[in-house]
Amino acid sequence: MSRVAGDQDAALVGAGQERGGEQEGGPPKASPEEMERLVERLRTIAGAEHVYTHPDQLRTYESDGLLQYKVTPGAVVLPGSGEEVRAIVRACFEAGVPWVARGAGSGLSGGALPVEDGILIAVSRMRRVLEVDIPNQRMVVEPGVTNVEVSQAVAADAHFYPPDPSSQIVCSIGGNVAENSGGAHCFKYGFTTNYVTGLEVVLSDGEVVQLGGPEVDRPGYDLLGAFVGSEGTLGIATKITVRITPSPEAVKTMVAFFDSTGDAGAAVSEIVSAGVVPGAIEMMDQLAIKASEAATGAGFPEDAGAALVIELDGSKAECEARFEDVVEKCEASGANEIRIARDEAERQTFWKARKAAFAAMGRIASNYYVQDGVIPRTKLPEVLKQIAELGEEYGMQVANVFHAGDGNLHPLVCYHGDDEAERAEELSGKILQACVDAGGSITGEHGVGFDKKRYMPRMFAEPDLAAFQKLRCAFDPGGLANPGKVMPTPRLCGEVPGPYRQHPLERAGLADRF
Amino acid sequence: MAIQSLRREVPASGEEAAATLEEAAAAEAAVGFAGGGTKATWGNAAPEPGVELSTEGLDRLLEHNEGDFTAILQAGLPLAEAQRAFAAADQMLALDPPLGEDEAATVGGVFATADSGPLRHRYGAPRDLIVGATLALADGSVAHAGGKVIKNVAGYDLAKLFTGAFGTLGLIVDVSVRLHPAPEARATTIASAEDADALGRAAAALAHSPLETESLDVRWSAGSGAVLARYGGAAAQDQARAALDVMGEAGADAELVEDDDAPWGEQRTRQRAGEGAAVVKVSGLQARLPDVLRATERAGASMVGRAAHGVSWIALPAAEPDELVDAVAKLRAELDPFPCVVLDAPDALRRAVDVFGEDDPARLALSRRLKERFDPAGACNPGRFVGGI
Repeated sequence: MSRVAGDQDAALVGAGQERGGEQEGGPPKASPEEMERLVERLRTIAGAEHVYTHPDQLRTYESDGLLQYKVTPGAVVLPGSGEEVRAIVRACFEAGVPWVARGAGSGLSGGALPVEDGILIAVSRMRRVLEVDIPNQRMVVEPGVTNVEVSQAVAADAHFYPPDPSSQIVCSIGGNVAENSGGAHCFKYGFTTNYVTGLEVVLSDGEVVQLGGPEVDRPGYDLLGAFVGSEGTLGIATKITVRITPSPEAVKTMVAFFDSTGDAGAAVSEIVSAGVVPGAIEMMDQLAIKASEAATGAGFPEDAGAALVIELDGSKAECEARFEDVVEKCEASGANEIRIARDEAERQTFWKARKAAFAAMGRIASNYYVQDGVIPRTKLPEVLKQIAELGEEYGMQVANVFHAGDGNLHPLVCYHGDDEAERAEELSGKILQACVDAGGSITGEHGVGFDKKRYMPRMFAEPDLAAFQKLRCAFDPGGLANPGKVMPTPRLCGEVPGPYRQHPLERAGLADRF
Repeated sequence: MAIQSLRREVPASGEEAAATLEEAAAAEAAVGFAGGGTKATWGNAAPEPGVELSTEGLDRLLEHNEGDFTAILQAGLPLAEAQRAFAAADQMLALDPPLGEDEAATVGGVFATADSGPLRHRYGAPRDLIVGATLALADGSVAHAGGKVIKNVAGYDLAKLFTGAFGTLGLIVDVSVRLHPAPEARATTIASAEDADALGRAAAALAHSPLETESLDVRWSAGSGAVLARYGGAAAQDQARAALDVMGEAGADAELVEDDDAPWGEQRTRQRAGEGAAVVKVSGLQARLPDVLRATERAGASMVGRAAHGVSWIALPAAEPDELVDAVAKLRAELDPFPCVVLDAPDALRRAVDVFGEDDPARLALSRRLKERFDPAGACNPGRFVGGI
């Protein structure tokens, strides 16, 4: 239950102003007549029933998972194929109209927030699994396929797709590619970028380009690496090739309770330093345990200061050899109680308690603000202390639920009523500052999107942002793909500075072929 | 044409490197980047640059955050030296490409060429281990991308973009990387066979098994080959024994090797060619492994490769340049559509073939636009990369 910001209008104006800024370098803003002509073209391309212009229909799409920002798009189009996406993007290019791609709309940074008078391209109809190639351990899917469907499609072949964001039942692979999504198991297995081997991408001029492929190590720039996580600003992926991997033969899950997050943090460090790489290692603090317990009745002791959900998976031999190690480290770090899941049902109970923590916050506060910051793991005790102090200073409760292995914090700032919203947001921003000061990041998995672009200068200096812009301009010189996201201030691309000097090799004939 | 005298610059900081690039760009001069010099013959043949920028003044391990399993390494630091520092803390950068003569390969060279070794199977390529970078650009600026935490999605992933770019977008000044625990024990299972299909089956059986294989390699030479599976960790022996069964069920005769450094050292060394020879790196697919082995045999060559990832290095024996040109063309035709990149080639061969092979026109056009944005004057290592970029 996120808040709807009091400054919602300001956000609208902000987006509109930036849109104007982006347009200075691009084609002039489309007139109402030109817009109507574009919408007509979209109807021809995707079918009239898949183009929405009625205010009631548009309302569904005015926010993504971050509800405090709302922008009404000019039109929403739901293409049914990559070919339709290409034609839609081409039509937008010719009309000079910006567009935003949207997957399931579950993103938490406003990355799929529409652009006023722009087109929203929702890929939710593109849900085909195009190819399952078990011998080569690859799959090709359309962007609207949900994350969990990818793993389900190969479960019978004892394979899975490791990135597992907690929204995996609804979130789309296209959105995962845009955000470089992680999940509870990425400490061991890695992120979306480590599993996507190829993309078919439509660039902002409607050109289709293949990045990577089923093969790895293709010669040329790692355009695939640059695209994954670019939050929809470099183009739109219409086909996604992923690497799948054998399902673990053993999974052992436990939950350990501690007096404090400090003790639990020490246990995490001990475990990891001993060379154990758990499949997942998740921490909940007292407030999170209390809320989750009230919601799920998992039987977690409500007076526990912290809980660690630890899962070891992989080969049976390695799992068993390591499990005693982990139990020992937890005990040595002051665990009061350790419960080991005896069966799959109990394992699911542990995970339910962990995954319910976000939603359960509604029982403690009427509203909350979810933050997503990263710190080096060894700074956990220090930063958690700072967060507690900030909470006291602001008189607000902050619950902590996080991926402890990789230092990805999700502090939940609880508040009551709209009048506290601004202060909650301020507190949330200070928590991010503490993460940056500790050598971390302003986002570990939710993305920068619209919400966090204002924090970008805290992490990146002007030359860094200028270098980012060079990449963006190479892909989208007109600034039509998801404008107003990621970068803190609107930037123009301009012409390439100076002539590109053709290399003698190109002149000599190698380039003639192209 | 007048012979340009080669000027050598040894910057001690990213700022100095960027100043050199900016100056060269203004003078329309080309700057060649040099690290340990172990891969100087990689990439397309290009005219001698006016300036050589050596990274030897950038040779420090800036941070080793043991508790966080991260490190920041300057480009000119020999990878072997960095690994010694990590090993002292029972850690490793899970990247083991061949290090060349005197183990001179530097961090910058390995990342700029995206080279990798057998650890690739479990831990990925340089792109999978890099979490941030400092870059010296041709406009005179020094830019940072990523950070030093292992999970981070803020900003664009320029660290990956510069990895494998052969220095053509700018100089990698330092890289931030994720480290892994060094396994406490290791053991290897090796299955030998004279039948390419049998090796393919053994490799596939392991690639599809839930065993946590650290390295899964294949090799082939003169009519016979082997699949090598290495295990590391608390249960290395147990897993290696389980691998014997998996290979046995696939019909291969396997043995367990405890003292396994030598065979793995050889797998790495054989990714490189000797004098007058050349290596063709094939980006293939797992199930086509037997085809790669047969193409190797027909070429009278030998190969090593990462079986599950489908990446192979075919070493052509030393021959006259025109014979090598034919051999490369034949391999490319037989293994089409897999990209085949020529490495370690004698100059004559590099001049006669496009070492990267033909790229897709749309992708190449995008690559050129990228080059234009980052290096409009063509100062950074020009001519060496795909399409003569």
